[in-house]
Order: sequence, then C-alpha cells, then structure tokens
Amino acid sequence: MWSFHKWFERHSLILLIGILVVVSIGGLVQITPLFFIESTIERVEGVRPYTPLELAGRQIYIREGCYTCHSQMVRPLRDEVERYGHYSLAAESMYDHPFQWGSKRTGPDLARVGGRYSDEWHRAHLEDPRSVVPESVMPPYAFLSRAEVDTARMGDHLRVNRMLRVPYTDEQLANAAADARAQANPLDAGAYEFELRYPGAAVRDFDGDPRRVTEMDALIAYLQMLGAGVDFDTYQAQAPENQR
Amino acid sequence: MAELQGRKEDRLDAWAIGLILVLGAYYAVWAGANATDRAFAIQMWTALAAFVAGGVMLVYFLGRGPVLDQSSRYENGVIKAGVAASMFWGLAGFLVGVVIAAQLAFPNFLYFEEWGWTNFGRLRPLHTSAVIFAFGGNVLIATSFYVVQRTCRARLAGGLWPWFVFWGYQLVIVMAGTGYLLGITQGREYAELPWYTDIWLTLVWVAYLLVFLGTIWKRQEKHIYVANWFYLAFIVTIAILHLINNMAIPVSFAGWFSYSLFSGVQDALTQWWYGHNAVGFFLTAGFLGIMYYFIPKQADRPVYSYRLSIIHFWALIFLYIWAGPHHLHYTALPQWAQTLGATFSVMLWMPSWGGMINGLMTLSGAWDKLRTDPVLRMLVVSVAFYGMSTFEGPVMSIRAVNSLSHYTDWTIGHVHSGALGWVGFVSFGALYCLTPWLWKKKRLFSNALVEWHFWLSTIGIVLYITSMWVAGIMQGLMWRAYNDFGFLEYSFVESVEAMNPYYIIRALGGLLFLLGALIMAYNLWRTATDKAPAHVRAADLPAAGAPVAAE
Repeated sequence: MWSFHKWFERHSLILLIGILVVVSIGGLVQITPLFFIESTIERVEGVRPYTPLELAGRQIYIREGCYTCHSQMVRPLRDEVERYGHYSLAAESMYDHPFQWGSKRTGPDLARVGGRYSDEWHRAHLEDPRSVVPESVMPPYAFLSRAEVDTARMGDHLRVNRMLRVPYTDEQLANAAADARAQANPLDAGAYEFELRYPGAAVRDFDGDPRRVTEMDALIAYLQMLGAGVDFDTYQAQAPENQR
Repeated sequence: MAELQGRKEDRLDAWAIGLILVLGAYYAVWAGANATDRAFAIQMWTALAAFVAGGVMLVYFLGRGPVLDQSSRYENGVIKAGVAASMFWGLAGFLVGVVIAAQLAFPNFLYFEEWGWTNFGRLRPLHTSAVIFAFGGNVLIATSFYVVQRTCRARLAGGLWPWFVFWGYQLVIVMAGTGYLLGITQGREYAELPWYTDIWLTLVWVAYLLVFLGTIWKRQEKHIYVANWFYLAFIVTIAILHLINNMAIPVSFAGWFSYSLFSGVQDALTQWWYGHNAVGFFLTAGFLGIMYYFIPKQADRPVYSYRLSIIHFWALIFLYIWAGPHHLHYTALPQWAQTLGATFSVMLWMPSWGGMINGLMTLSGAWDKLRTDPVLRMLVVSVAFYGMSTFEGPVMSIRAVNSLSHYTDWTIGHVHSGALGWVGFVSFGALYCLTPWLWKKKRLFSNALVEWHFWLSTIGIVLYITSMWVAGIMQGLMWRAYNDFGFLEYSFVESVEAMNPYYIIRALGGLLFLLGALIMAYNLWRTATDKAPAHVRAADLPAAGAPVAAE
C-alpha cells in the first residue's frame, strides 16, 4: 500500500507539485470567498476615508509599532462592549491598508478611543505617559511634537489609496497638502473648504502649536477619529443582512 | 580537467551574480539620491555599501583561483559561515528580547525620551525578526545545505549561488533590522519588511530553492530523504506566503512607505494565513527537517517509523494552512472562517504529535545516551517542548479558551514555549553537532559547558512560560471580572499594574536563556579554534575518481 509513495520520493518535481497542491487548498477555500461573499462587509452609514492628516497620523501609528501593544478590534463579548463600546464591524476597517486589528493588549484596545479623551490629555500622555497614568508601561513619544509632517507628499498617498479603491474625489486628491495643513489649524484660510470636502472631520489645533503641522497633530487627529464614524442608531445588528 | 570545468562554472555564476550586484547598486544610487525621506536614504546607502562589498568579495575570490574547496566531497564553507551567522544573530535577537522584556518591567529606566528608536514598538519587530528570520533562517539555510548534500550524496549545486543565498540573506537581515530602528515597517506582524527588501528577499529565496532542488537533482540516492521533504515544503510554502501577503503598492519608488493591496477583513485573514504558516512552515516544517536528520544521526538509530513520517508530513502541511483564522476569533471576520480555522487547528494536534512520536521513538534502544550526551538531550527535550506547545496551540484555538487567552500574555508564553523550547533547542542541538563535524574536530570543546547551557536555558524557559501563563490568565480574568453591583471590577490599567512581578520574572527567564547562549557561543568558538589535529570523517572525503565539481 505504501509503495505508491515512491513516486514522490523518487521524483523531486512530483514531490514539489504535490506540496504545492496540498498547501494551496486551505488558503483558497478560506481567503478567496471573502472577496466575493457580499455580506462579508456590512453596509453601514458613517465610514469615510481618512483625511490627509489622519492618514499621516496612521502612518506614524504604523511606523512606531503601536500595533505591537494595542488592538483595534472590540470583540462581541459583554465585558469588552462595556469597556470599549460597540463591537467592531468589518466595515469600519474597509479603508485600512493595511488593517491594524492587532493581536496583543499590553495597553487597551483603541478601536473606539476617538473622542474619549481631550487633545490635551493625548498630548500629555504621548509626551510622558506616566505623567497622566502612573502605572503605564508605554514609551514616551515627545519627539512627535518636534517633527513636522511632510504635507507636500500627502497627495501621492491619497492617489495610491484611490488606486486601491478608497473613494477619494479628484478635489480631495488635488488639495491633499492644503487639507492636511487646514485640519490642524482652524484659523487657516483653507479650513472652510476642508470642512466641505470632509464633512464631519474635526478641525482643531491638536498639538497646541498652530504654526506647524507636527506628527503629534497627525497622530492625535487619527486617534480622535478612531471608531467614532459609524452611526450605530442606523445599524441593525439583528437584521438578516448583518447576520454573518 | 575537473578543476577547469569547475572554474568555468564559477565564472558563469560570477557574471550573473555580478550583474545582480550592479543592477542593485544602480537602483540604490538612484533611489538614495532621490529619496523622499531620510530613513529611506540611509537604507539605500546601506544597500549600496553591501552591493559594493559584494562586488569586491566576488572579484577578490575569483582572482584567488578556484573558489570552491575541493578537499571534501561536499561544500562546507557556506555552512560554516551559516553556523557563525546563526550564533551571532541568535545572541543579538535574544539580547533585544531581554531588553524589551525589561522595558515592560522597568519602564521608568529603559525608555529614553531623546531616542525614539529605542522604544518598545520599534524594538519588538527587531526582536521577532532577529530570532525568527535571522537566527532561525540562518540555522535553516545552513542545516538544509548540510543535510541535502549528505542525504543526496551530492555536492551543493550552483557553484557560487549558495554564497549568494548566504550573503543576500544577511543583507535582508541588515536592511530589516536597521529599517525597524528607523521606523520603516509595513505594520504587519512578522512581515514588517518594506516592499524593496521584500523584492530582494524574493530573489534570494528563488536562488535558495534552485540551489536546494539542484542538489536533489544531482543526487546519487534513489530516494529523497524525509528531512528534505520538510525542507522543500518549508522553502516552497514560505515563498507563496511571502509573495501573497506582501502585495503592496509603494507611494514612491524612492520611498519606503507602501499600501497593502488588501484592506480590513481580507487583509486580516491574508496576514494571519501568512502569520500562522510562518509558524507552521518556517518554525515547524523546516525545523522538523533538522529533527529528522540530527536526532537519528546523534542517537545513531534509524528513524522510528517510515509510514508515520509519510502520514504526518502530508497531514501537517495540508492542515496547517487552514489554521490562520484562529488568530481572529470573535473579530469582524465572518464566523464560518473562524470555525474552519478552529476545527483545523484542533485536527492539527494529531500530525504534530505524529512528528513528536517519530522523533522521540527514534531513541528506542538508545535512551541511555540521554545521560551521557547533553547534545542529544537538548535535541530530545526540544521535541518534548514541540509536543507541549502543539498541544497548547489547539487548546488555545478553541473559541471559549481563546476568548480568555487572546490579546493576553498567555499567547506570548505559548509562542515562547515553542520558540525557546522547540526551535531554540533543536537549533542549538544542530549547531553543537555541526561545529565539530564541519571544523573537523573529534568532539566539542566541553560537554560540561553544554550541560550548563542546557540547564540555564531550561530554567529560563520554565520561568518564562510559567510567568506568562499566570500573567495571561490573570489578565484575561481581570478584564472580564464583574463586581457584585454588575460593574466591571477592574480598570484596564489595574491589569497592567498586576503584570509587573510577572514581567520581571519573564525578563529574568530571558536573561538566563541569553546567558546559556553566550556559554554556547564560547564553547563553539573554542571548538572551532581548537589546535588538535584534524579529525577527518571518511564520508566527507572526495569520492575516488569522481570529479566532484564537474557537473
């Protein structure tokens, strides 16, 4: 009965093809349907593409490896929903290239951290975490307040996102750099137009320094919008199309 | 005649490798000069320096005459280099691990406001990549080159290409490591390499596959030995995983940032399909290849069961691929995918233990050697740890257990029982075997030092995994604890505070493991530089009348 296996043992190419076939099946069955089954991503109101400043903040979040200690995925468990808020939907990360769900909570989940703390709190906490949370084990990020964001390149970033089917408009693409500056300074001449292009996005001087757009501005802008988008009044978890 | 052909073959390889180096240098100059940011420019100048150094090495060695050592029937130089590189990167990776463990234990002393690049978030990918890809990868490449030659009774194929694989892989490591410190990452766990390093790694990996396959094609044995099935499955599958998980569009060809092709839920499953099978194929299949050669060799016994090796090989590689979704329990991933992932994870227990049984039972009739041979003991204990963590894994993939264990330090403990116990020990065992074999010594410099290494590391592992079990389960229970009034009992930061003693014990465990590895490095160094006359093994001598380099 075992003699058939000699084919694999005596012919390296048959062995190679055998391996290729066997290891392909699982991935094909699990991953490909996610691109075709429509109910994979819920239809909800309120999820919008990131503003240029938030996108720059997200880039800093990735660069600093925040995902190594913070998840962005509230599970539908009683304690998590009470601690962090409504459980996360697939729709909420549909514009996230890459996703940042994370795998470890050395610090708390951040999926719904937006609007929970003031900008001042975030600034103080990022600059010296133990000044506001004495028991924290988080590293300090004071250098973010000194580094400026390269706003000139944000247009390129939006363009790549649009290639990946994130629905940015031509106008948003053309004004990316100006929008990044305007969002961090309510007195900026472009602030009004920014609000037209990104309805509902916060326009604030996030880092307390209106003269410059710093990485602190960008990161706080990103944190403050996390999880705040979906209108859960209109989302019906029990509706058949949301039963997955 | 043989030598002439050998040199001609070398020259052809040298031209191709030289062309790759020139093209690489050309791109590095262009991208470095046009870099959109400083971090990327530093990366490009690093790469340029490496390509120039590679070119100098190539010219120097070619100028010296025949490059390849003809005194053995096998190519050993590149494996010696791999042994040294494994030890070096191992020490570096363990050291960074101890540092980041200490950072979480003593945050007031080990974070430096002015040095953002020493923060936990940047050092953690440095640690994981250094131990998995730098240490583990070098062990795998070196041992696979050793094993495939001996089990095929053929010299390594490809002339200079094995050296290209070795140095190309070291360049990947240097680019990755310096990149993480500069803040260059894709933000995908264990796939943090930026797009240009991914492309370079692809090139190196294809060369690796061809050298390995090419050696199998030259074999003078009818059958391909079981260790080589595992190595082949590891090389091929890692290539597929790497290519699909890293698909991305760079913002600029002269900048490091890229956006992954997939987003959200699809991206999550692709990433954990990759992430789990980096464990399954890099840290399991590849190291099972090591087990299937080094344990029988060191115990001087045949592999326990041929049929078991067939069944567990195919079952293992088939089932592993499905297990990724257990990293995404209770997330926004559709539940059918979660259920599939958990089901296959539980099934995976069986082929995993098939491998363990085959490894352990190979000792039948030679159990007494465990008392006298600390290297064999290290290899066997590694298999025991493999059995333990491949039981723990399926348990943790059950949804009810996972709801408690996920996001906690239990996961970290689980990973390290596999990484330190299984991957670490089986690698150490293989390196302890290889050093006297390759440097033609009768035995290791000191078996007593191996004993010290074994016990220090074992105690270190026990401290590590027990502290993380307690920490993780405690975290999970604190997060879901309710008081009598129906409110959450603990704030999040109270769970952080409760971790402190366990983080200190964990750091201590890691320190002991590092100490053991330092003793090992000293032992290997003394073995390799020992002045005793060469102890030549008959199987290594050039076969009489067979022109080994001609092909």
